[in-house]
Amino acid sequence: MGVLHSVTLDRERCIGCTDCIKRCPTEAIRVRNSKAEIMDERCIDCGMCIRVCKSNAKKATTDSLDKINKYKYKVAIPAPTFYTQFKKIRDPNIILTALKKLGFDEVFEVARAAEIVTEYSKEIIESNKVVKPVISSACPAIVKLVEMRFPSLIPNVLPIVSPKEAIARYARNYLLKKGIPSKDIGIFFISPCAAKVTNSRYPQTIDKSEVDGIISMKDVYLKLVPIIKKLQPEDVEVLQLATSEGVGWAASGGEGIASKIYNHIAVDGIENVIKILERAENGKLDVEFIECLACTNGCLGGPLTVENSFVATNRMSKIKKYINLKGKMRSLDLVDSTISLDWDYNLKNKQMLKLDNDMSKALQKMESLEEIFDTLPKIDCGSCGAPTCRALAEDIVQGNANIEDCIFMLREKVRLMAQDMVSLSEKMPPSIRYFDK
Amino acid sequence: MKFDYIVEGGEFINAGIASAKLKKVLKQLGIASDIIRKVAISMYEAEINMVIHADGGHIEGEITPEKIEVLLIDKGPGIEDLDLAMTEGYSTASKQAREMGFGAGMGLPNIKRNSDHLNISTKLGVGTTVHISFKIT
Repeated sequence: MGVLHSVTLDRERCIGCTDCIKRCPTEAIRVRNSKAEIMDERCIDCGMCIRVCKSNAKKATTDSLDKINKYKYKVAIPAPTFYTQFKKIRDPNIILTALKKLGFDEVFEVARAAEIVTEYSKEIIESNKVVKPVISSACPAIVKLVEMRFPSLIPNVLPIVSPKEAIARYARNYLLKKGIPSKDIGIFFISPCAAKVTNSRYPQTIDKSEVDGIISMKDVYLKLVPIIKKLQPEDVEVLQLATSEGVGWAASGGEGIASKIYNHIAVDGIENVIKILERAENGKLDVEFIECLACTNGCLGGPLTVENSFVATNRMSKIKKYINLKGKMRSLDLVDSTISLDWDYNLKNKQMLKLDNDMSKALQKMESLEEIFDTLPKIDCGSCGAPTCRALAEDIVQGNANIEDCIFMLREKVRLMAQDMVSLSEKMPPSIRYFDK
Repeated sequence: MKFDYIVEGGEFINAGIASAKLKKVLKQLGIASDIIRKVAISMYEAEINMVIHADGGHIEGEITPEKIEVLLIDKGPGIEDLDLAMTEGYSTASKQAREMGFGAGMGLPNIKRNSDHLNISTKLGVGTTVHISFKIT
């Protein structure tokens, strides 16, 4: 099996500190030989490590902009977060036009599909087809988090494709109808995060993604700024398809507001999401719909964005106001109701936290894990390379670490050895005797 | 394996820590998620009860390949009328607890619904022991 996530390490830059191991919400990173190592099966691509790494050693593996040239007909599908990255720009048409000038033949907004996904979600939630509280599937990091840490909530996850996937399907369908062969069409998502990269390359719940490449928002931003500067007002094309509700999805709470489901809760930031999911698992969350996003301030806080997420949130309300008052919309009916937005298959409970496939062996391991944990200092210093003393105990029972990896345990051993040596040195053969003074 | 947790009294915000720890253990043991959900719901309710009514206590129990046994032991005021306490909607929770959203009178009925066996022994002024068990196989 290949690497199924998109966060990678620049070994040259990594100094082997404890920043990323401590902040990883799934304890997926260990420091080994002074370098951070990501455990593939545990990484949910939330991008927390990219954000906290002070050495800039964590990267998301996105596609380079050159990849678009492999296709005759190039389509950009920007996430609505993109509109908030530019100072003083309120009209999404300016950004969409600039994307065409950059080399794309068409631009279709992910925000448009967000509106369709909203409608369909509402229908499914109201029909009671999914266990309540229904958990949004818009953030792929959260979907993976549920799969890994909260498998009992799998039946609560909304089984609908993301707006990114939906717009790619509509786009391809529209262009095929115009007579463009599928192999000539290249659909490129402009992404605020690593999770959406993984979700397109290795889709979990659909057979194949219609997205052909994912470009980091940062990379496109740098190319777009000079183009926008040169753009004259008369050059701006009317390309916008989405209303302010679809655009608003990028912010935390946007999906819930668009859905008009009164009894909803919007949580952002992965640590907050974990707390809410714990509660949902305990049956103590009296809401119909949970919108949860891994990044603080939702997609606006994505690790591949340029702007501070609080500033972006402010800009988002200005953009929405502009769209409502002065926005110019393109008249194009891209949406085809015959296209399915359902998942091809459901999430699987992979029980990734499991210590052993055999329950009695797992019990034995658990017992020794607890025993080892009891002896450890429990200060979670991270010097052993594991994020917590408990994680080290787990690594030890799984054969991936030694008790001496703990510097406190090592020091204790050295101290005992030194004591032994002193007492041994005092032992003399009976033939030689020292007399007390 | 055996487990043992201390539950602090009066700590509404942190209530549920013991249930969260046990949940993680059950996930690491690979126990089926529908059973984990039942244990989570029951144990959280019982833990909250301890915090609200008995100023904390301790939880002990054992997990075997066949079942999960949980004993929640407190030295609280005891339950005056057990039948009444088992009635849905009945609660003696304090105003403070109700303001925090607890005390809907669903605690014990919820535990009964989600467990395979529930036994409560209680003595006024001495304390209460709630014994809950779940079958795994």
